[in-house]
Amino acid sequence: MGSGQHDPAAFLSQPCEHTRQVSAPAKKATDPQLWLRRALRMPYLWLLLFFLAPFLIILKISVAEPMIAQPPFSALLVWGAHGLQGIRATFENYSFLFRDGYYGIIVLSSLKMAAIGTVLCLLLGYPMAYFIARQPPRRRQMLLLAVILPFWISFLLRVYAWIGLLDNHGIINHALMSMGIIHKPLAMLYNDFAVYLGIVYSYLPFMILPLYSTLERLNVDLLDAAADLGARRWRAFVDVTLPLSMPGILGGCLLVFIPAVGEFTIPALLGGADTLMIGRVMWDEFFVSRDWPVASAVSVVLLLLLIAPILWFQHLQNREHEAGS
Amino acid sequence: MRRRSIFLISVACFGYALLYMPIVSVVVYSFNASRLVTLWGGFSTRWYVSLLSDDKLLAAAFLSLRIAVVSATLATALGAIVALALHRVRRIPGRILLSGMITAPLVMPEIITGLSLLFLFISMASLIGWPASRGALTITIAHVTFSMAYVVVVVRSRLAVMDESLEEAAMDLGGRPLAVFFDVTVPMLLPALLSGWLLAFTLSLDDLVISSFVSGPGATTLPMLIFAKVKLGVTPDINAITTIIIGLVIVAVTTAGLVTNRRKAASA
Repeated sequence: MGSGQHDPAAFLSQPCEHTRQVSAPAKKATDPQLWLRRALRMPYLWLLLFFLAPFLIILKISVAEPMIAQPPFSALLVWGAHGLQGIRATFENYSFLFRDGYYGIIVLSSLKMAAIGTVLCLLLGYPMAYFIARQPPRRRQMLLLAVILPFWISFLLRVYAWIGLLDNHGIINHALMSMGIIHKPLAMLYNDFAVYLGIVYSYLPFMILPLYSTLERLNVDLLDAAADLGARRWRAFVDVTLPLSMPGILGGCLLVFIPAVGEFTIPALLGGADTLMIGRVMWDEFFVSRDWPVASAVSVVLLLLLIAPILWFQHLQNREHEAGS
Repeated sequence: MRRRSIFLISVACFGYALLYMPIVSVVVYSFNASRLVTLWGGFSTRWYVSLLSDDKLLAAAFLSLRIAVVSATLATALGAIVALALHRVRRIPGRILLSGMITAPLVMPEIITGLSLLFLFISMASLIGWPASRGALTITIAHVTFSMAYVVVVVRSRLAVMDESLEEAAMDLGGRPLAVFFDVTVPMLLPALLSGWLLAFTLSLDDLVISSFVSGPGATTLPMLIFAKVKLGVTPDINAITTIIIGLVIVAVTTAGLVTNRRKAASA
């Protein structure tokens, strides 16, 4: 690594010397965590520099004017002979996004596609989580492991694998045609259907895990009580199981919805030319049109869209922690 | 048993089929002699052999591995410090800021992380002249930044259930804080550090979007190369790479599982 500051050996040896000084008998008991506090500076600085600063830069560029220059946008602070002379900020990029119907459509379309993908994921994930939670403990572990295992295999390659299955000359069409069920290949690839399938496939584990953990804890006695009181199985499910598993449903849905809104790989590989998703549009805005201020403004809009679901998810997590402790 | 369970079993079978069908199909067709997906031309390892002579691909794979090892190691070290500090140090200046910065990458769309880091690197280059060019170094920095967040989650969940009396005993017996840390805390945290490292390694090896933004000319990682190839459809050599990666993952996950089980058995 280029700078000594990022050298792991350096930050381990540095706090070591400090602790030696402090562990002189008189001060020994005062602060055994001094070295940890000192060591924390390293990741703290790292995050300020490589996470917070980039984020502020995006905000800055989103209020700049596009220019034919290097870098291709105007400066925020205007410097004169006597120091700072003013701030030049424009909301032109944002008002452009609002005026230009194209971006509004893309935002709505991303939200719609992520929402439909999430609902489909829930419809498949809920019965699966329910099924797993009702198995004997040993088999439960196996089935859960089988849900998580594909997650370790490259996301990109797993999405790619669907191309071979869904293609007009792909495995599924070939099988259906040779069985005589269809005579013309079904158009399953490069359209919205393939994107939904990709979302369900890729994010299914994120849906199943939180659902499983609420369903597993669910008190079976309650269901028995409902049955004793004469409730039919379906009624018992709707009135007892479903409301009680609400935290898992919300958690799972948010875990799928949040990344799905900004998804790039799935629409890029499986979607058609008319599949509008914000991640892909940002990619093109940046790599193809090279309009940095607009790409930044789109990022800020995407983040604003995600803030509400993210905060909601955090709130759910905190409540879960409190309930657990 | 019950009527409902027929429905449940069929949905579960469908779900597992959905999860494994693509992977199995890629593995099977990676041994297909024919270039066409639908045509079975007999068993062959020709795509594996052709991989070995693909210099571009080998270079990309090597670059990805190098970045993944370095970034996973750094992310594990930095992430473990953050997790320990959040767990043990009561007064951290800007605690909310820190925990916000460490959770945000988990939910941040990759495309924004990539774009914002690229802007940072460009601004830094024009301000202080570093980094002079973008490539393996900038990709590594980006990967450390987002995978650190995952390491923190893993290590914190371990710390939450860890028995701290051993460390207290070691401290009471006069152990220096740092010696206690390396002799007592680190071994106790080892499973979490290991799975955190493995997670960071996998995330780095798999990253397409962020690498594409922060990379420069000359630095093409394996996912970037694969993406460029598969945008145009199925290619048999990518099937072969996928199969190799699946093999490696199975070996890694089984080894990690065995190690954890042995440790559990040993401590029980």
